[in-house]
Amino acid sequence: MRGFWKLTLIEIKLFLREPMAAFFTLAFPLMMLFLFGSIYGNKPTPFFGGYGSVDVSVPAYTAMIIATSGLLSVTITMASYREQGILRRLKATPLRPQSILGAQVIVIFLMTTLGMVLLVIAGKLVYGLRFNGSPLNVAVAFLLSSMSFFALGFVLAGLLPTARTAQIVAMVLFYPMIFLSGAAIPREVLPESIREVAQALPLSHVVTLLRGLWMGDPWEKHLWEVGILAILLIAGLLVSSKTFRWE
Amino acid sequence: MQQKPIVQVEHLRKVYGSTVAVDDISFEVYQGEIFGMVGPNGAGKTTTIECIEGLRRPDGGHIRVLGLDPHYDGYALRLRIGIQLQESVLQDRIKVWEALGLFASFYPHSVDWKPLLEQLGLADKRNTPFAKLSGGQKQRLFIALALVHDPEVVFLDELTTGLDPQARRAMWDLVRQIRERGKTVFLTTHFMEEAERLCDRVAIVDRGRIVALDTPENLIRMLGAENRVVFTGDGPFELQRLSKLAGVTRVETIGERVIVYGRGDGLVGEVVNALTTSGMRFRDLRTEQPNLEDVFLALTGREMRD
Repeated sequence: MRGFWKLTLIEIKLFLREPMAAFFTLAFPLMMLFLFGSIYGNKPTPFFGGYGSVDVSVPAYTAMIIATSGLLSVTITMASYREQGILRRLKATPLRPQSILGAQVIVIFLMTTLGMVLLVIAGKLVYGLRFNGSPLNVAVAFLLSSMSFFALGFVLAGLLPTARTAQIVAMVLFYPMIFLSGAAIPREVLPESIREVAQALPLSHVVTLLRGLWMGDPWEKHLWEVGILAILLIAGLLVSSKTFRWE
Repeated sequence: MQQKPIVQVEHLRKVYGSTVAVDDISFEVYQGEIFGMVGPNGAGKTTTIECIEGLRRPDGGHIRVLGLDPHYDGYALRLRIGIQLQESVLQDRIKVWEALGLFASFYPHSVDWKPLLEQLGLADKRNTPFAKLSGGQKQRLFIALALVHDPEVVFLDELTTGLDPQARRAMWDLVRQIRERGKTVFLTTHFMEEAERLCDRVAIVDRGRIVALDTPENLIRMLGAENRVVFTGDGPFELQRLSKLAGVTRVETIGERVIVYGRGDGLVGEVVNALTTSGMRFRDLRTEQPNLEDVFLALTGREMRD
């Protein structure tokens, strides 16, 4: 276990030293918050069902961070660690395979959580962020959404042959998804037709679930989203356990 | 002398698709020796060493390392062996001291790695990220990582590939120091000179098979090859005189270059003596002994090229 925690600690340091990953997970959502917060403020408006722009953006940006972590961080880290032979080198030690992969998952999950915490703190301090849900419910939904997207990242890393293609495919999936799903921009501003098509995107369900629970919806209102994310998680684990490669 | 086998390989076989990478290889490695596998790229060296390390599953045969089966007792075995992989890397931004602390944490017992860094000449690099190290520094770090848990056997796969000659020689000294600490060293290389200078015993492999296994001296002696005296002649020459000398088997000339083939330790003396007494002028005289390269050529009929 000592090796596992040490690896986790080192990987946290390495994550923070990697400017791109740290920027997109930690800094970019804050920049979005301040940019749109300074334009629209956080006054309650019927357009957002009686909430302000910041109130609906914080759970949505949280979904964006989850997508960044799952699609970009997990996919690119696993594909490049495999391609470079880092996974192989770690596997040539007494470390168990589940410790090697578990450390990566924990680190990326911690960074995802940190990204969300920074958003909540900034939203609260600067814009008086409103929250009507149960913190526990939101935390559970956050965990489920993160794990589903991480599983998706492991699937991509396993299926795509090289780190380069993994990076490109991850980007191609990531950008349309964050804009169409209502993660990066409120879905209220999107045309109805796009909102319907976007229901096919897994991230749309994360946005719906987090925004709903944030505003105090009970779980019963979101069984559909929970079901889809749970299926995504199970399918992702099954597929990646078959397709994952150490070298 | 009763020697204790540390590594025992019997009839090892490994197939990738339709390619037979390792074809019925058997040998033993004894405690305290530097054992080398030498051969061209693709001969099956890395496949063999990785089967022994438990990183690949053999298709046939029997392997024991320190009495353990590397495939089934992999975790127990990896606590007791040190591994340096061919062309390995670490995370770009991991610092030297972090890498050592990390690898030390994987083992229940580890040595103090600070003196290890001193010995490997990395003390002033302890805060350098992996990506900023030179090729030789990276290889020395990998040696440090292979030694950090004080293993009984150390496996080094193509340790000096990509290093300049100076760094390569420094690496040879390090390997000898590992042996002096009482460890057994198993290495692979495609440099015949490296195997000849460094190894106590050498297995020459070609196309997945061991074609010869012995000490470098015995391998060369068994070849029964001739020594050569090579020089450049100035002016007229009586080749007759040289070929009649004791021990000389034949004489060849290529332009001004003269090559005298023969056997025995006195060959050079005889030739030089004959040249000076007869007043023949010569320069650039040197002797060439057969080496492992010649052994490989004789055994396989091919030049050893990478």
